[in-house]
Amino acid sequence: MQLSRDDLKRAYRSMFTIRTFEERVEKEFSLGNIPGFAHVYLGQEASGVGVCFDLSEDDYIGSTHRGHGHCIAKGCDVHGMMLEIMGKEGGLCGGKGGSMHIADMSKGMLGANAIVGGSPPIAVGAALTQKLKKTGKVAVAFSGDGASNQGTTFEALNMAVVLGVPAIFAFENNGYGEHTAASYAVGAPSIAERARSFGMPAEVVDGSDFFAVHQAMGRALERGRAGEGPYALELVCSRFMGHFLGDPQGYRLPEELAQARANDPLPRFRKGVIEASLLDQSDFDAIETAVHAEVDDAVAKGMAAPRPDMSTLETDVYVRY
Amino acid sequence: MSKKSYRQAINEALRSEMRRDPDVIIIGEDVAGGHGGSGEPGGVGGVFGLTAGLYKEFGPTRVLDTPISESAIIGAASGAAVTGMRPVAEIMFVDFVGVCFDQIYNQAAKFRYMFGGKAKTPMVIRAAIGAGFRGGAQHSQTLHPLFTMVPGLKVVMPANAYDAKGLLINAIRDDDPVIFLESKVLYDSVMEVPDEAYRIPFGEANVVREGKDLTFVAFGSMVPRALAVAQTLAGDGISVEVIDPRTTSPLDEDTILESVEKTGRLVIVDESPPRCNLAADVGAMVADKGFRSLKAPIKAVTCPHTPVPFAPNLEDEFMPNPRRIEEAARAVLGYA
Repeated sequence: MQLSRDDLKRAYRSMFTIRTFEERVEKEFSLGNIPGFAHVYLGQEASGVGVCFDLSEDDYIGSTHRGHGHCIAKGCDVHGMMLEIMGKEGGLCGGKGGSMHIADMSKGMLGANAIVGGSPPIAVGAALTQKLKKTGKVAVAFSGDGASNQGTTFEALNMAVVLGVPAIFAFENNGYGEHTAASYAVGAPSIAERARSFGMPAEVVDGSDFFAVHQAMGRALERGRAGEGPYALELVCSRFMGHFLGDPQGYRLPEELAQARANDPLPRFRKGVIEASLLDQSDFDAIETAVHAEVDDAVAKGMAAPRPDMSTLETDVYVRY
Repeated sequence: MSKKSYRQAINEALRSEMRRDPDVIIIGEDVAGGHGGSGEPGGVGGVFGLTAGLYKEFGPTRVLDTPISESAIIGAASGAAVTGMRPVAEIMFVDFVGVCFDQIYNQAAKFRYMFGGKAKTPMVIRAAIGAGFRGGAQHSQTLHPLFTMVPGLKVVMPANAYDAKGLLINAIRDDDPVIFLESKVLYDSVMEVPDEAYRIPFGEANVVREGKDLTFVAFGSMVPRALAVAQTLAGDGISVEVIDPRTTSPLDEDTILESVEKTGRLVIVDESPPRCNLAADVGAMVADKGFRSLKAPIKAVTCPHTPVPFAPNLEDEFMPNPRRIEEAARAVLGYA
């Protein structure tokens, strides 16, 4: 699939927005401007953007506790996201969700999900809707190597095959489930092999290479849109930061962290595209300037916004006692 | 109008809603039944026969047999619900909720609030409840308190066939997740049930019998038991009001408080272990909001704090039975 110059700019803008957004989340968190805790997507940008690049707003994704990148890749508004993460009025969920529960139904974003293995069954249901209503759309379940060990995920993989629904299981294998390595906790030789054993095509993909992810997702989408059933991708990528912001990562050697940074998906994308003479440095500079301005503005508006009105505490439930 | 069983009333509600709305689907284990066997699929209709005949009328895109995977059933139902369907999921015995409770209380129940009111999750989870079926400890529980304490869930406990039909139709048309708990000892109970569709709103108690000396509040299959004891006591000139809240959440507090204001005495019959159940909940509510009406302590008739026993004599004593209900009533009436 040949990508146009505009496509390449859109892909980079999405990845760079995630990068910049997450770096600001890290900074604002350290300054005490974000309550609670946060799991950032730094290092995994090519995976989320590659998967979501050809999805429309009518395709669905379910996400994980590390969901900011998926939200941005699926088109969620960064202002609404920052307000939500800061617990402010006007957040995408009115400040009632927070970092781990950002959702936007109007963008086909069924929610970040703080329960590991929570999304795959839900994505099967969203995919079931597409099959029954014959929309030609798909539902993607993002989950990690950690979630690949959950029973709910096994049930969802099997159910997707049995019901023949257009669900795409995007397993982002970033090497660690919380603080325990996938090499220890995933008993199978690969997550893709495990998914294949449930009866669907599956492939292992370099999740730090936008183009590899995009092409593999194209194969998954082709099958899903044709009504031929589910597909699984194991996207091998790296988590630059710890499980949560503030995780000292004593369980990873400096060499491993350096290796992860050396494989940074953003420079890889820039280098490949410039070498192929598809975009030049000035194109990237323009995107980066625009993204910095957008994220700066989102943070400024987030800081200035009030907390949600107290009257909203007991709204969006059906009864008060 | 004709005489129908609780089971037929539920089947009729499902059928009429599926005819009315193409987005209503049924998903669960053996809801059609027989897929992949050497015979024809569709002849089972659930282990209790509640969905019998629906596969034949609506086919495999409306009545979906699943693997034995309760988390995936509930997850698929909630994912389908937030994207435009109106699923009715069956998890057979409520006891099996243990393997899929995350998908209920962390996922479906929370979507609306957690996503700032922007998600709608119109789904029904049907499950059979209750002891008295010689089912043993893992097929006989009620568990309604577990659901009642979860914000976002509506919890329905029909006590007769008429209510079962009207409450299920209301549940299917509701835009929130509804837990619909069917008392399996009532499946064959029969009464007049209209042929046409009708809705019974949630949060409106049924005053099953009017009285002035004592109030019984009972849930699900405890309602006919409480009513039978009320009839016995009437022989002694004691007038008992029997209230069936129909839904444990929302709860019709007003009808209960108005009754206690009249009678001054309250016995709550709840097939549940004694702590943190609906008896404790309703008792606390009345002690708080109806304190001045009370002429005697509130009594609860519940199960002992044990798993449901298997042996018939033990199980019969485990359930709130007429003798224990009558003893509680006489203790409250005799309080000076």
